[in-house]
Amino acid sequence: MSNSLYGPLSDVSGDAGYDEHPPRMGFFTDTSVCIGCKACEVACKEWNEVPEDGIKLSGMSYDNTQALGADTWRHVAFVEKPVHPSTTDLGLPGMGPPGWEDYEGGVPDAEGQSTESGDGGVRWLMSSDVCKHCTHAACLDVCPTGSLFRTEFGTVVVQPDICNGCGYCVPACPYGVIDLRKEDGRAFKCTLCYDRLKVGETPACAKACPTESIQYGEVSELRERARLRVQELHDKGVDVARLYGADPNDGVGGDGAFFLLLDEPEVYGLPPDPVVTTRDLGSIWKHVGAAAATILGVGVASFLGRHRR
Amino acid sequence: MVPEPEFESYYGKQIIKTPTWKTPDVPIYLFVGGLAGASGVLAEGAALSGRPALERVARSAAAGGAVVGTVALVHDLGRPERFLNMLRVLKVTSPLSVGSYILAPFGGLSAAAAASNLTGKLPRLGRLAGLGTAAFGPPLATYTAALLSNTAVPAWHEAHRELPFVFAGSGMAAAGGMAMLFTPKAENGPARRMAIGGAVVELAGAELLKRRLGMVAEPYEQGRPGWLMKTARNMTAGSAVLSLLGGRSRLVSTVCGATYVAASVLTRFGVFEAGIASAKDPKYTVVPQKERLAARNGGAKVHQPS
Repeated sequence: MSNSLYGPLSDVSGDAGYDEHPPRMGFFTDTSVCIGCKACEVACKEWNEVPEDGIKLSGMSYDNTQALGADTWRHVAFVEKPVHPSTTDLGLPGMGPPGWEDYEGGVPDAEGQSTESGDGGVRWLMSSDVCKHCTHAACLDVCPTGSLFRTEFGTVVVQPDICNGCGYCVPACPYGVIDLRKEDGRAFKCTLCYDRLKVGETPACAKACPTESIQYGEVSELRERARLRVQELHDKGVDVARLYGADPNDGVGGDGAFFLLLDEPEVYGLPPDPVVTTRDLGSIWKHVGAAAATILGVGVASFLGRHRR
Repeated sequence: MVPEPEFESYYGKQIIKTPTWKTPDVPIYLFVGGLAGASGVLAEGAALSGRPALERVARSAAAGGAVVGTVALVHDLGRPERFLNMLRVLKVTSPLSVGSYILAPFGGLSAAAAASNLTGKLPRLGRLAGLGTAAFGPPLATYTAALLSNTAVPAWHEAHRELPFVFAGSGMAAAGGMAMLFTPKAENGPARRMAIGGAVVELAGAELLKRRLGMVAEPYEQGRPGWLMKTARNMTAGSAVLSLLGGRSRLVSTVCGATYVAASVLTRFGVFEAGIASAKDPKYTVVPQKERLAARNGGAKVHQPS
């Protein structure tokens, strides 16, 4: 099938070999309404029985989880940035007096996700990160055992009974999501609650989210909803709102779990332009083949010429 | 001096994960894969041209390398007892899967060829196995470049065009060097020539890599991986020159042979550690991607490795 490795792919489960399958399911995480409560992190751990990921204080922010990993399948990022006048307005619906969206003088008084400290404003961004369930998933592509597979819902899941802990998926992921659990030896990541999906339930994180920042549903419908939400924010003057991972033409063919962000992706610890490594698979094998032929060539040449020496 | 590029990050934290592959397991595997693969070719050439001493050394290197490599690879697994799952499926999108189907037959064939050669039993089957070893050898020596390149690790992925040649050259230098060490000088001409050829391929590949990758090549030139790469380069180049000038001397053969082998080990550690360094610094993930975006959106003139 065309675009199996790169580019837009309308039927991701069909491409993986499912003749009949439910629609592709995913997450739309609207970070503009995330309040950083971490209910998603807790619900995920509870439901999936994910082990403790270190009871420690990071010292950098309210984010003590710090990153996604084998034992962290939802991660709430807390970004604190000095206020920039043009980016203070988060345009939260129903927040602030009428017309405050047009205010350009600095920080609205304790409105939205902005706050104020003695030496100037600090802008708060919170975002619940998760496995992107890529259309073209590098982790799945490089898995040598077939442990990682595409589900009928178009999501990407590890089968722990097959994984042999080779670790290839870990550096293959352009987002730094999947990792090996050290004491266990195998790779783990978000399953998009495959067990819950099977029985028609909403994934634990989305179910627990009190602000509907995490929305679960059919990817096609979520994309439309996300497009409207960005439009709404732009109309309110929140020019910084942008979608991340929603474009089927991006480097991974679009994400099954995508985001609405209020700053550049790298500010949240996300890669600005991720590309699935297997886009270059053809070139990689071609060069490997040419190099192998070079060995044969040099080998033959080594035995030419003056004999017996 | 190029000014440090400005970029934003999440509290300076890395974006992609650090590869969990263990050291020295994986760098050693990269080394022995190259040594064994190129030795397989050298052994068959020796057999065809009637150089029994060279054949014996090269067959032993091929078989020994395959054994050490397999042990290193299995030891690197998080669940070593499940190593046979590597042969559960065959996926061309996974160089580790393809590599397992190269290493497995190579291991069996090289062991059979070496056993036959050392014991003198089943000479015809031994030669057939030797032919198979020579066929699987070159891909064994080079697929490991695909293994590293087919990841999101900037210093590995962006180097996917040159890395196979660096590994091919490094493997040939190691195989030639190993044979120079243990083969009487009457028969070690081909080993010397393979080592010199390998050195040229490796050095040219590494130089091209640095020129094309620009900023992403920094990890190959800085810190510990930088030192490893530079030392390996000097050792390889020195051995090539020395073996070209005085190759027929036993002493020179021994010194050069050992140096080639040691340099190949250092190259593999250098490449491995450069990738680790590029994964740990968000700069190498963010800056090239931002430049790529800028080039796409505005056609701005920026450096773009790909």
